Amino acid sequence: MRVQMGLFQRNPEITLGQKVLQVNWGLVILVSVLAAVGCAMLYSAANGSMQPWAERHAIRFAMGLAVMVAVAFIDVRFWFRWAWAIYAATVLMLVAVAVMGTIGMGAQRWISLGFMQLQPSEVMKVAIVLALARYFHGLSEEEIARPLRLVPPVLVLVAPVALVMKQPDLGTAMMLVMVAGVMFFAAGVRMWKFAVAGASVAAIVPVAWQFLQGYQKQRILTFMDPSSDPLGSGYHIMQSQIALGSGGTLGKGFLQGSQSHLNFLPEKQTDFIFTMLAEEFGLLGGLGLIGIYVLIMIYGFAIALRARNHFGRLLAMGLTANLFLYVFINIAMVMGLIPVVGVPLPLISYGGTAMLAVMVSLGFLMSVYIHRDIRIPRRGLDDAD
Amino acid sequence: MPLSHEDHGRGKTFSRRAMMLAGGKATLLSALVGRLYYLQVVESERYATLADDNRISLRLLPPPRGRIVDRFGHALAINEQNYRVLLIAEQAKDVDATLERLSQIIEIGESDRNRILRDVRKRRSFVPVTVRENLSWETVSRIEVNAPDLAGISIDVGQTRFYPHGAEMAHVLGYVAAVSERELTGDPLLELPGFRIGKSGTERIYDEQLRGSAGTSQVEVNALGRTIRELSREEGEPGHDAMLTLDAGLQTFLHRRLSGERSAAGIVMDSQSGEVLALASVPSYDPNAFNLGLSTGEWRSLLNDPLHPLTNKVVAGQFAPGSTFKMLVALAALEAGISPSEEVYCPGHYVLGNHRFHCWRRWGHGHTDMVDGIKHSCDVYFYDIARRLGIDRIAEMAARFGIGELTGIDLPNERRGVMPTRAWKRAAIGERWQGGETLIAAIGQGYVLASPLQVGVMTARLASGKAVRPRLTRKVMRRNGEVIMAPALEEFPSLGIPEEHLQIVRDAMDAVVNEPGGTAFERRIREAGMEMAGKTGTSQVRRITTEERRQGIRTTDETPWRHRHHALFAGFAPVMNPRYCCSVIVQHGGSGSAVAAPIVRDVLLEAQRRDPLAKSPPAQVATAGPVDLEAEPGAGSVEQE
Repeated sequence: MRVQMGLFQRNPEITLGQKVLQVNWGLVILVSVLAAVGCAMLYSAANGSMQPWAERHAIRFAMGLAVMVAVAFIDVRFWFRWAWAIYAATVLMLVAVAVMGTIGMGAQRWISLGFMQLQPSEVMKVAIVLALARYFHGLSEEEIARPLRLVPPVLVLVAPVALVMKQPDLGTAMMLVMVAGVMFFAAGVRMWKFAVAGASVAAIVPVAWQFLQGYQKQRILTFMDPSSDPLGSGYHIMQSQIALGSGGTLGKGFLQGSQSHLNFLPEKQTDFIFTMLAEEFGLLGGLGLIGIYVLIMIYGFAIALRARNHFGRLLAMGLTANLFLYVFINIAMVMGLIPVVGVPLPLISYGGTAMLAVMVSLGFLMSVYIHRDIRIPRRGLDDAD
Repeated sequence: MPLSHEDHGRGKTFSRRAMMLAGGKATLLSALVGRLYYLQVVESERYATLADDNRISLRLLPPPRGRIVDRFGHALAINEQNYRVLLIAEQAKDVDATLERLSQIIEIGESDRNRILRDVRKRRSFVPVTVRENLSWETVSRIEVNAPDLAGISIDVGQTRFYPHGAEMAHVLGYVAAVSERELTGDPLLELPGFRIGKSGTERIYDEQLRGSAGTSQVEVNALGRTIRELSREEGEPGHDAMLTLDAGLQTFLHRRLSGERSAAGIVMDSQSGEVLALASVPSYDPNAFNLGLSTGEWRSLLNDPLHPLTNKVVAGQFAPGSTFKMLVALAALEAGISPSEEVYCPGHYVLGNHRFHCWRRWGHGHTDMVDGIKHSCDVYFYDIARRLGIDRIAEMAARFGIGELTGIDLPNERRGVMPTRAWKRAAIGERWQGGETLIAAIGQGYVLASPLQVGVMTARLASGKAVRPRLTRKVMRRNGEVIMAPALEEFPSLGIPEEHLQIVRDAMDAVVNEPGGTAFERRIREAGMEMAGKTGTSQVRRITTEERRQGIRTTDETPWRHRHHALFAGFAPVMNPRYCCSVIVQHGGSGSAVAAPIVRDVLLEAQRRDPLAKSPPAQVATAGPVDLEAEPGAGSVEQE
């Protein structure tokens, strides 16, 4: 019925009141639960203290919540219009970081905004989804089949990946490639093209190996055999697995994780926070947290499938994929399934930019939901309106 | 609508692909869940053990070393507090850099640095290595203040051995020092930094008893190795105390009296029980210096000193006993049936074959019987009876008095000396025994070698007629006084020598000191009832050469120190009821009567005045079970540190 209505009222304006009613409160509650768990774990990581992490985490989350709602209430067409600009601005920030890194001392990954330090590579994970959604929105099924049409989106991917690799941040670069892969896939790029791309990557790997930094090579080698270097790079993985395993089914109890509290576990407030949670709350705690993420992803899928504009669908799908990648890479890393890469656990790990990026992503997701019935012509808004 | 139619097509593709993506993600998440299950359920126990291994560390608690006290409980070796800096390589990320920073607070010499780095390489990385010891409290505070910059550096309060009497007791007590590489037995206690074991003297002989056993402490540590809390503690057992037979006062007296000489050794013992009351060798060394750590230079100079300060000459010195040996020849003669009143004419020399053997007195002693032979130390008298006895009978008698045999005293490095026989010479040198060698042996020269301890034991046996053996330890006991070990007080067997034979010799020794004309008459004890008996000895180190005689050198006092005679004296007191025996040798001191006899006189007089044998309880007969120290009159309780 709604489809029929849509035919007659192509793009009804939605009032603010309607938007408030449309806010996906279930999602807001899930996100708040995550942030609360994050605060609890950061409290534990500081040996039972709100300082230095838990309190700031809570404040940032409150701010992030406001940003999320603001992003959600803005019309999805606004984001459609500004998608390229946001992408371009983020690429410029990456260039700025690269230039500063070259001029300054060694690698730098952030830009100081005075009140916070912004990591453009985190922002790019959202911006690239916006840009690709915008691009694929304009392609018909026939056009997607044409190889030449795939050149622009590949360039859209390659530019930031190159800049991020240069930082060097292998983890983020891989995440960008994977999220872009999901976008290409969802947009309907033919399967065999992925096969070709995969084959070419396999061919490039030996060459790319030459360009990896020493510590990146070491991380991959250590991953292959963590016990080969128990006091070096492998130490973190070993200690993380010991912490997880010793947690058992029910865990050692809040504030009781010996591996975490006696500092055998590195980076427990950021990348290894899942380990700490699973050490103190055991298998049940770990599964509970994964469950919350799964629920959020289900929301993401539902929103993607409900959206009636292609931009919204692709945006929702890309952002959900993004969330999935964060969660999967982080947890797989601390369990020793993949090499150690610096990817935070969304809303749990301490870190401002990642929190902001996740909250903005969720804002976009809600915006897509609130404006799910708005139609956006394939050729764009200007010639339609 | 074409737009709608087209969008519918894209939508269908999108939905299909979305489902495929969802499936893919579900698969990957299942892998995570599976892995989590594997780690936390299947392998949980293994990882729990590993986590405990991380968290729990076993620390050894070194036991305090047992004390050593004299027969009255007076402290001879005790423990004092010692602050030291330790380095745990595991915790210091960069050992070199840490030492560099530390050297801004305390001085670390080049050799120290090399030793530390060597220890760090050799020991397991969690075993602390001692950087410096014996720090002042001020230095300790400065290190503590800078602790945040000194990862792996910690301060430890240990105990250090202290010898209140220093050099006076060094040769009895020995010293303790760091465990050397080849002394490591795998016992982790020995690997503890700064752990000391006995290297010499009583410290070495009773090391196992004094050492005690280590306790253990289970502590929770963090990743940096810092102790968070103690989980459990098992106290070790402190080392046992050793009570020596020594009288510290008499020991001090003997050592001071000997210290007037360049190189000398002496011993005082009980002729009945064999208990050693004083035992000293000079020059000595400061055993406390070994604790503070000797530099290579200091160590080398001790080792290379021609006077051998590290050697306990009482047990390891080998000297010709000279005329102190003559009593044994006399006893052998009596046993062979030679009458003590039988006289030998001494013209100042004795001819055997085409050799002429001189008496020490060039103009001779005239007609000399046995008592006179000893009293005047007439060489010709002993040449004559020795020729009649033959070396083997003399050697048989000497063996009964312990010459050429280990006395079995509880001190390390004892040497047995030599009592030559025909068989001995064939085996040791591969030559036939010459008649003249018997004559030389009869005056305690030639091949005959004995330690001052052996001469002391010989004197005790002469005085008691029993096969007395020397001993230095009364008992080993727990802190609470419970006796662990007390060498059995043997009723020494008789030497099997008729009392009248012994009395003849004792009377002769009395005459040596107390009759005018005796070789030591001038050195007699004048206090009534405390008189001593004894025998002088002057043993030749090197003959005066014909060349030197021509230059007018008659006595060795005019030759370089190392060519001069050794001066000996062996005596006992009081004459009537002998208890205290003393033997002294002054190396290259000259004449026994002039140099050694006055020392023995002073020491025996002091011994009788102090009379430690009367003031202390009789030696413990080996019994099991606790002994109440308080109940023993005179012993008192062991002095507290």
